[in-house]
Amino acid sequence: MNDEKKNGDDEPTSESSGFSRRSFLKVSGISLSVPLVIGPRTVRIAGEDVKVYGPGKVPITLDINSKKYTAEVEPRMTLLDTLRNELELTGAKRVCDRASCGACTVIVDGKAVYSCTVLALEAQGKAITTVEGLMNGDKLHPVQQAFVDNDAQQCGFCTPGFVVACKAFLDKHPHPTPQELGSGLGGNLCRCGTYMGIRAAVMQVARGGQNG
Amino acid sequence: MAEYKWPEPEKRNLIGKRISRIDGPFKVSGRAKYCYDIKRPGVLYAKMLRCPHAHAKIVSIDISAAEKMPGVKAVRIIQNVGKEIKWAGDDIIGVAAVDESTAEDAVRAIKVQYEILPHLVIDADPPPPAPADANTPLSTSDLRDLISKKTPENEIIAKIQAQGLFADDNLLRQVEQAGGSPSLLSAVRAAKFVEPGPYRRVAAQSVGDPEKAFAGAEVISEGFYGNRVITHCCLEPHGMTTEWTDEKNLLVHPSTQNVSGTAAQMATPLEIPATNIKLHQDHIGGGFGSKFGPDSWGIECARISKQAGGKPVKLFLERAAELMVAGARPSAYAHVKIGAKKDGTIVAWESESWGTGGPGGGGSPPLPYVFNIPNQHKQHTAVATNIGPARAWRAPNHPQGCLITMSALEDMAAQLNMNPLDFFLKNIELTGPRAQTYRDELKIAADLIGWDRNWHPRGDKTAGPIKRGLGLSIHTWGGAGHASECDITIQPDGSVELKMGTQDLGVGTRTALAIVVADTLGLPLEAVKILIGDNSYPVSGPSGGSTTIGGISASSRRGAVDARDLIFARAAPALDAKPEELEAWGGVIRVKKDPSRSLRWAQACAKLGGMPITVRGKNPGPEKLNDQGVGGVQMADVSVDIETGIAKINKIVAVQDCGLIIDLKTAESQVYGAMIMGVTYALYEEKVMDQQTGTMLNPNMEFYKLAGLGDIGELVVHMMTGKGYDERGPIGLGEPPTVSPGAVISNAVANAIGVRVPTLPLTPNRVLAALEKGGNHASI
Repeated sequence: MNDEKKNGDDEPTSESSGFSRRSFLKVSGISLSVPLVIGPRTVRIAGEDVKVYGPGKVPITLDINSKKYTAEVEPRMTLLDTLRNELELTGAKRVCDRASCGACTVIVDGKAVYSCTVLALEAQGKAITTVEGLMNGDKLHPVQQAFVDNDAQQCGFCTPGFVVACKAFLDKHPHPTPQELGSGLGGNLCRCGTYMGIRAAVMQVARGGQNG
Repeated sequence: MAEYKWPEPEKRNLIGKRISRIDGPFKVSGRAKYCYDIKRPGVLYAKMLRCPHAHAKIVSIDISAAEKMPGVKAVRIIQNVGKEIKWAGDDIIGVAAVDESTAEDAVRAIKVQYEILPHLVIDADPPPPAPADANTPLSTSDLRDLISKKTPENEIIAKIQAQGLFADDNLLRQVEQAGGSPSLLSAVRAAKFVEPGPYRRVAAQSVGDPEKAFAGAEVISEGFYGNRVITHCCLEPHGMTTEWTDEKNLLVHPSTQNVSGTAAQMATPLEIPATNIKLHQDHIGGGFGSKFGPDSWGIECARISKQAGGKPVKLFLERAAELMVAGARPSAYAHVKIGAKKDGTIVAWESESWGTGGPGGGGSPPLPYVFNIPNQHKQHTAVATNIGPARAWRAPNHPQGCLITMSALEDMAAQLNMNPLDFFLKNIELTGPRAQTYRDELKIAADLIGWDRNWHPRGDKTAGPIKRGLGLSIHTWGGAGHASECDITIQPDGSVELKMGTQDLGVGTRTALAIVVADTLGLPLEAVKILIGDNSYPVSGPSGGSTTIGGISASSRRGAVDARDLIFARAAPALDAKPEELEAWGGVIRVKKDPSRSLRWAQACAKLGGMPITVRGKNPGPEKLNDQGVGGVQMADVSVDIETGIAKINKIVAVQDCGLIIDLKTAESQVYGAMIMGVTYALYEEKVMDQQTGTMLNPNMEFYKLAGLGDIGELVVHMMTGKGYDERGPIGLGEPPTVSPGAVISNAVANAIGVRVPTLPLTPNRVLAALEKGGNHASI
């Protein structure tokens, strides 16, 4: 339990903001008095054996861009924070931190996901592709090249998430209609306003990667 | 004597073309490192305990539990017991720990008790009537005005003694800077200081004879217009990593719009020389006017780092804090009355305006905007509120002034039964020296949106719930180039490098520098290496107010011309020509009149004799290379569902002048981006404050809404280029196209549904309420 509640309800709270799924995710199940434990324990719940990790750091192995990465993270650690803080794969960005903006988009087993709402533990054993994995040697992926050609970026902070989302979208909709494009990429947000370039970039790839 | 002026069109190989940004491949592949991405060895992560109340006094603080937690390396009380806190989210205690979750746990373990004080977080509510007496205390700006108007000193002193002064930390310095005499300064010191209340009325202003003009007006139109407080919502939050490389030297990786100027702002509070602060930033994830300084938390980050033994400390705001404290565009509201003749000639303007924007009270929009109506009476009140302080937001005050003015003018056109395009053209001379630009732009925009074909009088009379309408607006901005310096080095092997202490906010600053230098030296784009984002490079201004392109293009042009002329001087003897007979073109130095006599660039540079040259380019400098003052026109086509209240963009057209364009591709991107940001603030964005608790209800990105890819309709950009524009040199483009979108969308919605929705954002509830109520000039 978070120890701030121990002092009774009349105490003014020191929390800066209200509840959120994210802070719940980050706090739940943590007891500061329990010593660090590595590896899962097995607990029998409702007649089934359930593996319980933590609350200390646990070793994990992630398959990212066809490479094995290992790290020790607390079970509450998100895939995004693991990528950025532990593995220095900082292409995915932390922006909204609660599955609204798509700046942290990565592909997990072929599906575009918000890595800010996936636990690193849960991503084990799955094929993860980040923006860093899209280039082929020195050559940009056709989606990346189309982003450059059509200036689908300004400050560039939403760009890696958008590139990954566009790749996943085009894998499923190789010849999208404008309506499919609007809804299929509606889960990513840009503040500088680069949507015109992004539309043009997607259509360029749909045409076979030709500029213009 | 070197000729710095911009090359003629036939001598521009790169300038003005559509060129892909040079850092694009890094941004699309995740290789571009933002300061938020930098992980210094042994870095500690800092988190803040923020005040949960809009107005409170700190009663007690207990950090003992947090300090004892494993992994916590520093707990720093920033605002201590007794301190009055004026907005929710303000920093109280900073914690640095080995990882983010430990720092968050430690923040939760801190106990702070507050005495809650009354708060004011209103937005649109009008200020109470002004007190009858004139004895309200004088503000700093009142004093500055009195001094600048050469009011006799004894009169000023008498006023100070009679009325007192509003307490202001900078008062004495400001009076001194305004030229206050010693006796005036001592009167200021002896004055009665009064804490200013929330309502700060600015002295009424009159132009011409408004009373007489209104009496003579044949048609009067009155209305109420305004927009809510919005936040900057930079995707890369505010913050920095700081580390003490030794007792007195600090290394800073901030997210900043002000690479050259930030060290000076950190030095005084940290009590070290500014020269001991080294700052580096390669990329910034959005600023929009909100990242000019280190902010209080940046200073605290450095102090926490010191407390933790100098270790690197990374402090970037969480999204909720970013939206609560790191940026607010002030709101503005106005009751407007306009007088006109039946033929559409505008004769008089009256406005009673107010706006909120944090403890400072927000801005004062320019009213009437662009149209300099001959007779005016204006009164503005700034309302101080308990929200995070206002910051500059693209084109400070202009979008508000534009919305209020253009809406009021469109309502007048509707009252006159005039096509607003004709009405604007009828009065276009009131816009002053840029009248012809506006005339040309209005024609182009009208063609692009099909104004003659698609416009109808107010209220779409077709059957069915979907109503369609058109709106228009015009805007202006200055955009003169800021002070800027660069060093251009040419090596004997021909390689070229430019260093400048500027920043690329995503507008393509790097690319523009490469274009200017490469074009001046007759080289391909990739032959020039551009190094920016470091405060050890020559000083260049902060990126704000659309001042960057004018400044950096002029300094780099002058530097490149001087560097090229040095190469000409070395190459001339080998070409049997005088230096002034040479030109740089297509990778060679050649004789203008006999291009067959040439040296390849590298051959010419080899004549440097083994040592590189470095040339300093400056702005301002010889010859005028940029101008200020631009005009732009926008028109919008929207559809509104009068059953649901949902407004959708069909199309927006922007016609914009910005002098000489360096890179047409990134210039167009910036205008598209400005329009999209405009769609967002016109339809969705709003900082929603809870009146009861004084806290922000939507400090997140699911309820603080930004437009998505499917929300923007079709956007068309037309840049005014060529004769009459190019010779003015580059003028900034960041602000102007962000000004009009609110006004054009509001006007188009009014044209569609027949009533004015008075306040932005035009959310369904507001649209339905306006339809229900009727509103200004309802004719549906």
